[in-house]
Amino acid sequence: MQGNEACAYAAVVAGCRFFAGYPITPSSEIFEVMARELPRVGGVCIQMEDEIASIMAAIGASWAGLKSMTATSGPGIALMAEAVGYAAMTETPLVIVDVQRAGPATGVPTKPSQGDIMEIRWLSNGDYEIVAMYPWSVQEVVDLTIRAFNLAEEFRVPTILLMDGTLAHLHEKVAIPSEDDVRLVNRPKPSSPPEEYMPYKPSSYLVPPMASFGDGYRTRCEGLAHDYQGMPTSSPDVYEELVRRLCDKIRLNSHRIAQLKYYFLDDAEVAILAYGTMARIMYAAIRELRDEGERIGLIRPITIWPLPEELSDLMSEMKKVLVVEMNYGQLVREIERLTDRKRVVFCPWLRLEFPCLEEAKAMIRRHLHAG
Amino acid sequence: MRGKQHPLDDYIRYWMLPTIWCPGCGNGIVLQALARALKELGLRKEEVVLVCGIGCSGRMAMYLDVDTAHTLHGRAIPFAIGVKLAKPHLKVIVVGGDGDLMAIGCSHLIHAARRNVEITTIMINNGVYAMTGGQVAPTTPHGVKTTTTPYGNLEEPFNAVSLMATSGAVYVARWTVAHPIQLKESIKKAMLKEGFSFIEVISTCPTMYGKFIGLNDPASMIRHLKKISIIKSHVDPSKAIIDWNNLIVCGEFIDREREGFTRRIRRCVNEARGADRR
Ligand SMILES: Cc1ncc(C[n+]2csc(CCOP(=O)(O)OP(=O)(O)O)c2C)c(N)n1
Ligand code: SF4
Ligand SMILES: [Mg+2]
Repeated sequence: MQGNEACAYAAVVAGCRFFAGYPITPSSEIFEVMARELPRVGGVCIQMEDEIASIMAAIGASWAGLKSMTATSGPGIALMAEAVGYAAMTETPLVIVDVQRAGPATGVPTKPSQGDIMEIRWLSNGDYEIVAMYPWSVQEVVDLTIRAFNLAEEFRVPTILLMDGTLAHLHEKVAIPSEDDVRLVNRPKPSSPPEEYMPYKPSSYLVPPMASFGDGYRTRCEGLAHDYQGMPTSSPDVYEELVRRLCDKIRLNSHRIAQLKYYFLDDAEVAILAYGTMARIMYAAIRELRDEGERIGLIRPITIWPLPEELSDLMSEMKKVLVVEMNYGQLVREIERLTDRKRVVFCPWLRLEFPCLEEAKAMIRRHLHAG
Repeated sequence: MRGKQHPLDDYIRYWMLPTIWCPGCGNGIVLQALARALKELGLRKEEVVLVCGIGCSGRMAMYLDVDTAHTLHGRAIPFAIGVKLAKPHLKVIVVGGDGDLMAIGCSHLIHAARRNVEITTIMINNGVYAMTGGQVAPTTPHGVKTTTTPYGNLEEPFNAVSLMATSGAVYVARWTVAHPIQLKESIKKAMLKEGFSFIEVISTCPTMYGKFIGLNDPASMIRHLKKISIIKSHVDPSKAIIDWNNLIVCGEFIDREREGFTRRIRRCVNEARGADRR
């Protein structure tokens, strides 16, 4: 099964019952599978007139109580920017899949890239946090799609699953779990009586319980800065508390959200830092180079946003950190902030296909033995 | 804050009053007509969702005491579609301005009518972008000076009634805020239709548009609307003229039957499930 299909099947297992989309290469198979599968489980899949309408419909469906998703690629994400800010402000549980293709603009639609790392982080005006994860195999697409729904629900936050054109179309054996075999999380529900319900009053972990439309609570989805009741305000105190909370509910819970994996670091002097499909290629190259005697290892952030805090400690042990990305310098800037800049070497790859094993080895060797 | 005392208090967040609207603004008349319509239809508040765009008119979402969404500029309709498809038993109403629904959100409006999603859309046409300070709107008549057309508007306005009629809405009507009773009855009728219903309300914005056309006190604006509007039923939508100087044609222009979108979805789901069982 290919990455896109796996993502769609996993979404259904995760409880997704609403999908709205607009076709775009290389993400369309997600939409096509959802169009076939959702009606079978009583869900709804609709093609909207553009990506703005798609994400807004998904937000509306989420407020009506359904786990909702949309999928697109860089240009579509760009159109969704304002609505992602709206989802963040209204604390809407929502999963957005971004299958990256070469940009900017229409770019090279059929070719992969990792060029949306900053786009997805800084989509909207204002201060807010999102969650983004990037798998490196089709099986991990399944696992992280389910996790994306769980995090979106638990933290009431737009959660982005990143892929790229290669992973989206990569065929691998996968196990799609049944609903009974996975832990599914649902948004926190109010426990107070309807008369006392305040739609934006936070719980102990900073996330407000969410009543859906039609539940008999009086609730409000409000994109203006709002108080606990959801009523617009320009009070500096209320504004500051709200914006801090929108950020802090992710920042202060990042130990529960952020994930990374590392490989061969025990004896390593140099770490390669890469994510998603690029990390997988680096892993193969590192294994072969280690057989040749190079003392190198791999650090792979799985959540890109928020970045795992352990990164700093891991990097501090290394003489050098080679950051390999399929873009012209995105996550590397963030990595430089987390460690001594002098340690960081950036290795951009802009060749429209991921490097093959030999190219990857050559790239690492070149940087290992330079200067 | 006053206590509960008005017959419509059940449907209005009276503790939020007074509204932010200027004295003489037509938005309040629309709010009242909407609240009365809900009351007379006997709808329970938890059955109704109001979805608004951004603009003075969008602030309706603060005052009607049902579940409400105050969305983004122009994006009320796709949000409302998501709500309706997720919970088809809810009655979903969209309220937006003429800029909101006919400029930035125009494609959503057209496609919602084409799909025949069971949503009632009330467009408050005050001829201008009011909230942002009186800029030209796609409904502003030719020649009117606004803050962004200081030499007069070079463009022709949209006729929303005609656009909605050709796009497939099952119910299309126009009233002015000088027709509160007809407006209320029309909202009731629209909400009972199976499919996309659209009501245009020609409204008074004495603060912006009124000033531009030399009618800057609310009473003279309402009197003017009364004088120039005529009610004609079922005229050809392309002849539903809005001429702020001489004639505004009001009435019901379209009232037809067409299968609603959520009914089709329900059938599709049943067929997909039936195929699986076989
Ligand atoms: C994307 C975006 N662009 C512009 C605005 C600024 N804006 C707010 S309301 C408005 C126009 C309002 O006009 P209309 O829809 O006619 O509503 P009215 O205030 O007249 O009721 C605009 C342009 C915005 N909020 N969002
Ligand atoms: S500016 Fe115009 S539309 Fe806005 S509240 Fe005042 S009168 Fe009403
Ligand atoms: Mg207007």
